[in-house]
Amino acid sequence: MTTQGPAKLTLSRAINEGLRKAMENDPKVLIMGEDVGKLGGVFRVTDGLQKDFGEDRVIDTPLAESGIIGTAIGLALRGYRPVCEIQFDGFVFPAFDQIVSQLAKMAFRSAGHVKLPVVVRIPCGGGIGAVEHHSESPEVLFVHASGLRVVACGDPADAFAMIQQSISCDDPVIFFEPKRRYWDKTEVDLARGVAAALPINQARTLVEGTDATLLCYGPMVRTGVEAAAAAAEEGRSLEVIDLRSLSPLDTETIYASVRKTGRCVVVHEAPVTAGLGAEIAARVTQECFYSLEAPVLRVGGYSTPYPPSRIEEHYLPDLDRVLDAVDRAFTY
Amino acid sequence: MAVKAAGQAASRSRPGDDETPPRVPELIQLLTPEGERAEHPDYPLELTTDEIKSLYRDLVLVRRIDFEAIALQRQGELGIWASLLGQEAAQVGSGRALGPRDMAFPTYREHGVAWCRGLDPAKLLELFRGVSHGGWDPKEHNFHLYTIVIGAQTLHATGYAMGIQRDGAVGEDGEAAIVYFGDGATSQGDVNEAFIWASVTNAPVVFFCQNNQWAISEPLDRQTRIPLYQRARGFGFPGVRVDGNDVFACLAVTRQAMQAAREGQGPTLIEAFTYRMGAHTTTDDPTRYRLSAELESWKLKDPIERVKQYLIRSGLAHEDFFASIAAEADQVGAKVRKACLEMSDPDPLSMFDHVYAEPNALLDAERAQLTEYLSSFAGEEVAR
Repeated sequence: MTTQGPAKLTLSRAINEGLRKAMENDPKVLIMGEDVGKLGGVFRVTDGLQKDFGEDRVIDTPLAESGIIGTAIGLALRGYRPVCEIQFDGFVFPAFDQIVSQLAKMAFRSAGHVKLPVVVRIPCGGGIGAVEHHSESPEVLFVHASGLRVVACGDPADAFAMIQQSISCDDPVIFFEPKRRYWDKTEVDLARGVAAALPINQARTLVEGTDATLLCYGPMVRTGVEAAAAAAEEGRSLEVIDLRSLSPLDTETIYASVRKTGRCVVVHEAPVTAGLGAEIAARVTQECFYSLEAPVLRVGGYSTPYPPSRIEEHYLPDLDRVLDAVDRAFTY
Repeated sequence: MAVKAAGQAASRSRPGDDETPPRVPELIQLLTPEGERAEHPDYPLELTTDEIKSLYRDLVLVRRIDFEAIALQRQGELGIWASLLGQEAAQVGSGRALGPRDMAFPTYREHGVAWCRGLDPAKLLELFRGVSHGGWDPKEHNFHLYTIVIGAQTLHATGYAMGIQRDGAVGEDGEAAIVYFGDGATSQGDVNEAFIWASVTNAPVVFFCQNNQWAISEPLDRQTRIPLYQRARGFGFPGVRVDGNDVFACLAVTRQAMQAAREGQGPTLIEAFTYRMGAHTTTDDPTRYRLSAELESWKLKDPIERVKQYLIRSGLAHEDFFASIAAEADQVGAKVRKACLEMSDPDPLSMFDHVYAEPNALLDAERAQLTEYLSSFAGEEVAR
C-alpha cells in the first residue's frame, strides 16, 4: 500500500483493465449501463473505455435497469457479449425479473439452443457511509436462481482475471464487486493471460491453517486475511478461503479444509438468515459430520434492513466479530 | 364497449393539453367486414390471386390448428392452451410481411406467426403439453421462443435490433425485428422501457400490439385512456391503428413499418385492433366478465369470412378451392393431433440438461443423486 509502482492497481482500475482486455480480444464485447460512458461510471470502473472503443460499444443507457438487462439479452441473442453495470446493489431489483425469469432461464427454455453470455456487474456491500440502497448484499437472491453463475471478486489481481473469465463464459454471470475495496491496491500482472489464472469456479486458499476454516468472499476477503493474522498472534492457525464462485460453490475445497481443521466459520455482509452461510453450513454438516469439532458458525449482517451509515459498523462483520466467532468455535 | 370508455376519457381536455387527439381514431382498413376491397392512400396494396388464396389458406389452417389444440386440451392431452381465435388476420397479415432475415419475438399466443415462420405446430404443443418449455432453435426460423412473462420480450427485440444496428445491417437490404404483445402488456414497465430504448437508439424494431380488448378479465379501459397507438407519439415515433381482423391491412401496414425499420427510419407502433373471441386460455371463463352481445358484434367482423366473401364476389375462387382448403385443414389438424398423442414424456434426468452452457458441478452431483434414487426402484418393478 506504500509504493505506487506501475503494476500496483486499485480494484477499480484492475477491473477496468480486465474490461479493456476483453474488449480488445473480442469485438462482440459491449459495455452498457448508466453513466458508464463519458463519466466512466460512478466508481470509474469503465473510465476511458468509451473514448477508446466508441459509443456503439460502451453504451450510456436510459435510466432503467430492467431495460439494461432486457436489451442486453437481445444483444446476446444477436451474438454480442454485453457487460452490464448496475450502478448500485440496491438498484438491481427493477431488473430482477429480467435476470431471474429471462437471463437465467432462456438456455433451459431453448433446450440449449440459446446461450446468453451476459455479465451483470454489481458494486456491492457497505462500509462507505452511503445512503439507503447503496450498501446491500443481495448475492444469495441470485445464487438461488438456477441458470446464473454468481461470483465475487476479493482483490485487484484476482478481479482482473475474473472479469475476463466471466465475459468469456457462455453462461450469464452475476459479478459482485466489493465497493469499499475499490481503492485497495495489489500487484496486478497485466501481461498475464487468463489461461494461467485460477478457473472461475474454484475457491482459493489465501492463508493455510490447521485450527479452523474461515470462509469469506468479496469485501470480507480482506477482513478474513486480517483475522487470520490477528489469530496467529494469539497462537491460533486459521485457514482462510476466498470462495470466489458463490454459484456453483467449490464444495470440494471447502470440505477438504474443514475435514482438516474440524471447525468452520462463514463470514459475509449479507444477513445470516437464509444467507450463503446457511447453505454452506448445511452442506458441510452433511459431508464433514464426523470431522466437525463444533457447529458451523456464521458471521454476517442482521435480519434488519441495512442501517443508517452512522451505525453500519455495528451491522457489518469486522475483525472482532470474526475472531469472536472463531473463539466460540473452540468452546464446544 | 371498453373502447368507447377509453375514447371518452381521451376527449376530455385539460389545461395544458396543446393538442387534442383525434376523437375517432383512424382505423386502417383495406378489406371491409363485408368482404369489399377498400383503398387507403398511405397503404397501397396489390396482391395476386394466388397471394390472396394463400393468405386465406394460412388463416384457415391456423384456426384449425388452434381448434385442434383446444380439443386436445379438453381431452386432457394438453395442460393448457392459449387460443388465437379471432386474431388470425393480425398474426397472418403481420407474419407474412416479414422477410426471412427479420426476427420475430412472440408472446405465448402467436401460433399464427409461428405458422408463417415455418415452425412445426407440434413444437408449440410441446410447451402446452408440458414436455418442454419451447425448446426450438430461434435461429432456425428466425422466430424466438414463446415468452410467458407479459411484455418481457419487447426489450429482447429492442436489444436484438440494437445488435442489427451494430452489425451494420440497417439500410438497403437491411434487417429488422418485430415484437408481439397485447393490450394488457402496454401497462408493463418493460414495454414502456422498450419504447424509450427503441426511440432513443432509433432501433429497427416494430412493436406489434394486438389489442384484443381483454387482458384476461380486464377491459382496455383498465390499461389506457387514450387509443394505444397514440402512445407512440409521446415516445417519439409513429403509431398506427390497423383493423386487426383485416389480413390485407395488417400485411400492408406491417410491411411498410418493417421496411421503414430496415431502412433506418426507426421503430413503429402498430396497434392491431382485434378481439379475443375465445377465453384467455382454456382455464378461463369469459362469461364471468363480458357480455355475449359484444362477442356477437365481433363475429360479424370475422377475419376469415371477409376474405372468403372477397374471393367469391371477385370470382377469384370457387367452391372447389374452399373445399380443398377445408380438407387440407382437416389433414393438418389430424397431423397435429397425431404428433401430440405421440409425444413421450421427457426423461426425468433431462431436467439437468442445458441449465448451464458450461459444466456445473452442483448439477452434476444432483443428477447423479436422482439417477441413483431412480435406479433404486428398478428391482421393485421386477419383484412385482
